[in-house]
Amino acid sequence: MKYLDEFQDPQLARRLLDEIRATVTRPWALMEVCGGQTHTIIRHGIDQLLPDNVELIHGPGCPVCVTPLEVIDKALEIASRPDVIFCSFGDMLRVPGSDRDLFQVRSHGGDVRVVYSPLDALKIAQQNPHREVVFFGIGFETTAPPNAMTVHQARKLGIPNFSLLVSHVRVPPAIEAIMTSPSCRVQAFLAAGHVCSVMGTQEYPELAERFRVPIVVTGFEPLDILEGIRRTVRQLERGEHTVDNAYPRAVRPEGNPAAQAMLADVFEVTDRAWRGIGTIAASGWRLSERYRAYDAEYRFSVDGITTREPAACRSGEVLQGLIKPHECEAFGATCTPRSPLGATMVSSEGACAAYYLYRRLGTPSTPQEASPVA
Amino acid sequence: MCLAVPGKVLDIEERDGTRMATVDFGGVVKEVCLEYVPDLRVGEYAIVHVGFALQRLDEESARHTLALFEELGLLQEEFGDPWEAAAASQGGDGAVAAAGGAPAAALGDGVTEASR
Repeated sequence: MKYLDEFQDPQLARRLLDEIRATVTRPWALMEVCGGQTHTIIRHGIDQLLPDNVELIHGPGCPVCVTPLEVIDKALEIASRPDVIFCSFGDMLRVPGSDRDLFQVRSHGGDVRVVYSPLDALKIAQQNPHREVVFFGIGFETTAPPNAMTVHQARKLGIPNFSLLVSHVRVPPAIEAIMTSPSCRVQAFLAAGHVCSVMGTQEYPELAERFRVPIVVTGFEPLDILEGIRRTVRQLERGEHTVDNAYPRAVRPEGNPAAQAMLADVFEVTDRAWRGIGTIAASGWRLSERYRAYDAEYRFSVDGITTREPAACRSGEVLQGLIKPHECEAFGATCTPRSPLGATMVSSEGACAAYYLYRRLGTPSTPQEASPVA
Repeated sequence: MCLAVPGKVLDIEERDGTRMATVDFGGVVKEVCLEYVPDLRVGEYAIVHVGFALQRLDEESARHTLALFEELGLLQEEFGDPWEAAAASQGGDGAVAAAGGAPAAALGDGVTEASR
């Protein structure tokens, strides 16, 4: 109970924890999908406050972490071109490519700019009609609609010198990939709240039913996470597997239909490679045929890239919940935020970064064997 | 980047045929696109991600979350200077403390700390 005082409402946190304790009779393994949730969990020591037989497994929900090395290398090559202004969100700057990162490209003269919104990149394109402006479009269902709208705007306003380097990913196929992996230990999911703000909950009942896993939509604040865990554990103990929304203040069952419509117009579903995990069928988006002219991969010749992934980096296993960050031999030794081997150490939502930042360097405890689902 | 921050709509105008607003995030004011929540009105709150309102939020929830984000330094992380953050993270990791750690209290100088 040492850290409970850090909660905004310690009494409510204590009550939720007591309820979780009173409910749990067997070991359970839950995966929080989103990297933002991982940081809340580690920062507040939620995993340490839980009963020993409730294990949290960190999921692949960090967009920076899962962007494939090949796409990072393409970004670096495009950003190095003298005719290009390369725009990105700030958290991509230090993500290692095969031999450099965007920060280094800029220090060698590349015109790399950080924007708060993709619309800022479009504005830069309007202001610089004689240069090519490329925006690095990564992210899950939360980030894809803003990027889709920006491409839609570029087309509507006739801005020819704007393009998107696309590497968008979707959560449901990732859940399916995790559940069908032979080494899967996950018995329930805390779904990413803001992804569901856009997509709603309609994609999940089929997954919950097929894999017999509870899926509880969960927010990002400490109490949201505890409430998500409480509801998940209650389902597991009762042998239920339904979709439950523990984040109703931000998530409606139908999500945001306008954003979904724009996604369907601008993007089409495609197979995507996930860094450290491999290709997952139908797990991403690319620009649809009508918007193909705004695809940076078509506009610039960036084929034939040979990637070099550091052999020592085990971020793929971290992203799949197979190991905890500090179980990697390189963690905190040859891999630190100063010289990261993988994106999970450099991203502000990466699991390795969370463990490093909050000093989770101890020897991991062996997880208890999880209970069979009733 | 996953972070979506609640903000209060200060004013709304049509720009290039697009519904845009100025939105206050606990003192930081940004331009926000309202095309995905078109019925949002001045004075209301919304969850905003990379310059786009994604869902309307009630005032109490918004204030509560903003206060927490401010306390945790997440607003600075979202709206601060990313070049400074990248330079700082390249410049030093800081010492690694003893094993075990103090989750909520330890604000080391690793990745996220650099952007504070």
